[in-house]
Amino acid sequence: MSIEWYIVLSALLFSTGAVGILIRRSPLVILLCLELMLNAGNLALVAFSRMVGNEEGQVFAVIVMVVAACEVVVGLGLIVAIFRRRLPLNVDDLRELRG
Amino acid sequence: MEEVLFFGSAIGALGGAVGVIALRNPFYSVLALIVHLFSLAALFLLLTSAFVAAAQVVVYAGAVMVLYVFVVAYVGGGGESAWEPIPGQRFLAPLLGIALFVELSVAVLSSSLLALGTEGPDVKPGFGDPAAIGTLMLEKFLLPFEASSLLLLLAAVGAIVLAHRRREDNAPDAARSGEGDTPSKHSTSRLEGVSPSPRATP
Repeated sequence: MSIEWYIVLSALLFSTGAVGILIRRSPLVILLCLELMLNAGNLALVAFSRMVGNEEGQVFAVIVMVVAACEVVVGLGLIVAIFRRRLPLNVDDLRELRG
Repeated sequence: MEEVLFFGSAIGALGGAVGVIALRNPFYSVLALIVHLFSLAALFLLLTSAFVAAAQVVVYAGAVMVLYVFVVAYVGGGGESAWEPIPGQRFLAPLLGIALFVELSVAVLSSSLLALGTEGPDVKPGFGDPAAIGTLMLEKFLLPFEASSLLLLLAAVGAIVLAHRRREDNAPDAARSGEGDTPSKHSTSRLEGVSPSPRATP
């Protein structure tokens, strides 16, 4: 399989995640869609690493995984804190910072 | 054979992604994301990156998804309201997504990367195995590696601070009455903050 198939698939997955962020309301599902977008970026990194025959892109992908894990941990902590304060788990209702 | 594996994994990854954004119940969304992650690990194996595939399965599908399942079980999957702040958001968003996909594809495929149409150069047998990645991480990328470990520690501490059950949140009266007591009783009542005893609740 040529590399461009992987790149097109990565673009498709990234767009899917972006659409999910636009249409979903629950912060939990929005975090899942962020995962989709980060994984699409990972796929592109690994595909380009294979394209140039160099493993450094895979190290980038591993670091992206670490950052994604940190983002998930902090995001889920925020969701649990929102739930404990009995605020609605809906990004359209949480608009206090909007001014 | 490689085409069959690629298209099978691609359909799995894309189906999982669509399932994440289309399923109403967040628990099913998490399960769809697990399908997506396993298909992506197969794609990583096709790209001869064994370590990234293994890390994907162990870290994502193993650890992060378990965290998600726990939080979904704790919060509960409430149905989303049909109210839209922007009229026609449900129809505009896929249009924007298609535009984004076309733009990304055109930007990459029309670039002057001549190797895009090839399968990449022939690589030696140990390409992308844990030994190669570990050597790179501990020699060339030592500083990002240590920085990521610090980031993980900070995220763990931040999550504990965020999700910590503050006593004034749920039992303000009990917290106020506990302050006038002796220090020993104060420390025991702080320990019971995890599971409040009937004595501490008014």
